[in-house]
Amino acid sequence: MSRLSPFNVVSLTLGFAFLYLPMLILIVYSFNESQLVTVWAGFSTKWYGELARNEAFLDAAWVTLRVAFFSSTIATVLGTMAAYVLVRGGRFFGRTLFSGMIYAPLVMPEVITGLSLLLLFIGLGLDRGILTIVLAHTTFSMCYVSVVVSSRLVTFDRSLEEAALDLGCSPAEAFRLVTLPIIAPAVISGWLLAFTLSLDDLVIASFTAGPSATTLPIKIFSAVRLGVTPEINALSTIMIGIVTVGVIIASISTKRARVKAEADERMAQRTA
Amino acid sequence: MSQTVFAPWTDPAAKPLIRFKNVTKRFGTFTAIEELTLDIYEREFFALLGPSGCGKTTMMRMLAGFEDPTEGSIELAGEDIVKVPPNQRAVNMMFQSYALFPHLTVRDNIAFGLKRERKPRDEVDARVEEMLRLVQLQPFASRKPHQISGGQRQRVALARSLAKAPKLLLLDEPLGALDKKLREETQFELMDIQEKTGTTFVIVTHDQEEAMTVASRIAVMKDGALMQVATPSQIYENPNSRYVAGFIGDVTILEGKATKLGDAYEVRWAEGQPPLRAKSTLDLADGAECQLAIRPEKVEIHGEKPSDDNVLQGKVIDIGYLGNISTYHVELANGQIIRAQNFNTERDTRRAFTWDDNVWVNWTENCAVLLDH
Ligand SMILES: Nc1ncnc2c1ncn2[C@@H]1O[C@H](COP(=O)(O)OP(=O)(O)OP(=O)(O)O)[C@@H](O)[C@H]1O
Ligand SMILES: [Mg+2]
Repeated sequence: MSRLSPFNVVSLTLGFAFLYLPMLILIVYSFNESQLVTVWAGFSTKWYGELARNEAFLDAAWVTLRVAFFSSTIATVLGTMAAYVLVRGGRFFGRTLFSGMIYAPLVMPEVITGLSLLLLFIGLGLDRGILTIVLAHTTFSMCYVSVVVSSRLVTFDRSLEEAALDLGCSPAEAFRLVTLPIIAPAVISGWLLAFTLSLDDLVIASFTAGPSATTLPIKIFSAVRLGVTPEINALSTIMIGIVTVGVIIASISTKRARVKAEADERMAQRTA
Repeated sequence: MSQTVFAPWTDPAAKPLIRFKNVTKRFGTFTAIEELTLDIYEREFFALLGPSGCGKTTMMRMLAGFEDPTEGSIELAGEDIVKVPPNQRAVNMMFQSYALFPHLTVRDNIAFGLKRERKPRDEVDARVEEMLRLVQLQPFASRKPHQISGGQRQRVALARSLAKAPKLLLLDEPLGALDKKLREETQFELMDIQEKTGTTFVIVTHDQEEAMTVASRIAVMKDGALMQVATPSQIYENPNSRYVAGFIGDVTILEGKATKLGDAYEVRWAEGQPPLRAKSTLDLADGAECQLAIRPEKVEIHGEKPSDDNVLQGKVIDIGYLGNISTYHVELANGQIIRAQNFNTERDTRRAFTWDDNVWVNWTENCAVLLDH
């Protein structure tokens, strides 16, 4: 084993401190007894209790989860379909235009997307609420899904689909039985991406949310304007915890899959 | 016992299984297949042979339904299939890359096509077992494709394409990834399977030996056109052009001018060298340009001048020892090199001829093939 040189140790420490120190402070202060965020007055979990009794936050959390779930699901379906057509559809009139247009929302300033959606909803006479946020989030996260899925599809061996057709599948069956199971990891990561994008979106949600439905980021943002409370620290700590657990589970399962794949390859070689 | 020779292409009343009629395929401005007409009969093992890019895969893909011909028609059992989508053709293809479904087990890969036919479960299972037995893969049935070796994958692909008992099986370079020994075994396995199942096989290959081994007929292609379609022995012994003669096996080509002499021709081919005689059914005008193609194994090599026809004198400049045979490169006085092959029937390390030996080569007038292009 090679040792880390002192220089490496210093760079590692500085780099990680830069990334994680702010979060660490936030976590520490969520266990602060005091009402004041900046003054340490002993350990306490009382703010977590407060948080659990705060209806407004809980409502907002529930709205956020529902919005994220529905918008990412719809975005995954639409984004996968768009990616499939753009990668597989061969040449059709306007293909270049379409594929350019699908990526445009990625670089569009969110304020503009939000504003145009707001105008559209007002024009349609839609009451702003969960539905409008879901629609808005679907619109912008769909592009991300289609980027993720189409980058998987371009490396997908086309002859697998041809083999399915050759063996009697209709094109729809070939997609369902062969293409989809194989690109599933990309579709799932597209869904996860859309889900997280929706979870932490503030700008577009504030344009399209109404008084009946507020998402957590909006709630936190408006609460912070009145001053940071330890309650918000507690809420953020919970979110950091959830994300950390998610990342750990994901990396463990990828590692397991890799170890298993290597074992399979070895087994194949032995029986060769 | 009288055994009828399998040769439906010689029978004018026989109906072909596949009929290409004036098929042209263009990709943009590039013509991949040009005005191609070809009949393939039931139970044939038909080989497409040609250099890379000559259009072999394109022909297969048109048969499978993945490409439409730009012009012309393709018939399967008398029906025009150009408009029939791939999933409704009684044709299965074994892909060059095998195209096994990575998320399914060996068993499910083989069952895939059968399940699409909505057959009863036990019928499907029985057929899959039969296929597994045929390609000797029962112990690996529940493995995924990445858990088996390259040769086993190739057998899964074969089993999968055979499972539906198609009228026509297309094999696009099926043995390309295998080493020589496994390749030869599999060639015989393929012929065995073809005989057992009675399926018509069309096989694409780069490998002339493979085509000679397995095929009932071979089509030699060049730039999207057929150069010759004939049995392996006809292709080898009676090539119709210099291209075909050079493509299959080893050959020496001499260029000259022909003069008719009874049922044979006399070919004057070089100043100071005796003219050569060759039997031919070709109809050539006197003085017409022609080529003589001579296979090395037909050339005899002598230490003393024989008293036959077609004798040339030269010097051994190179010897290739291959174990069972030796190839001698004999240079004539005018610089032309003639190759001659001898079987090494004796276990003697002394060779009959060695470098710089003065030798005579000859062949009979039946052995050289006269070509007009
Ligand atoms: N989809 C396509 N678009 C344009 N050109 C194509 C396409 N498919 C094939 N071609 C061209 O048609 C010609 C014939 O291709 P084909 O794949 O049939 O060759 P092949 O005989 O199978 O060669 P190989 O032995 O290398 O597999 C090639 O020159 C190829 O570049
Ligand atoms: Mg090819």
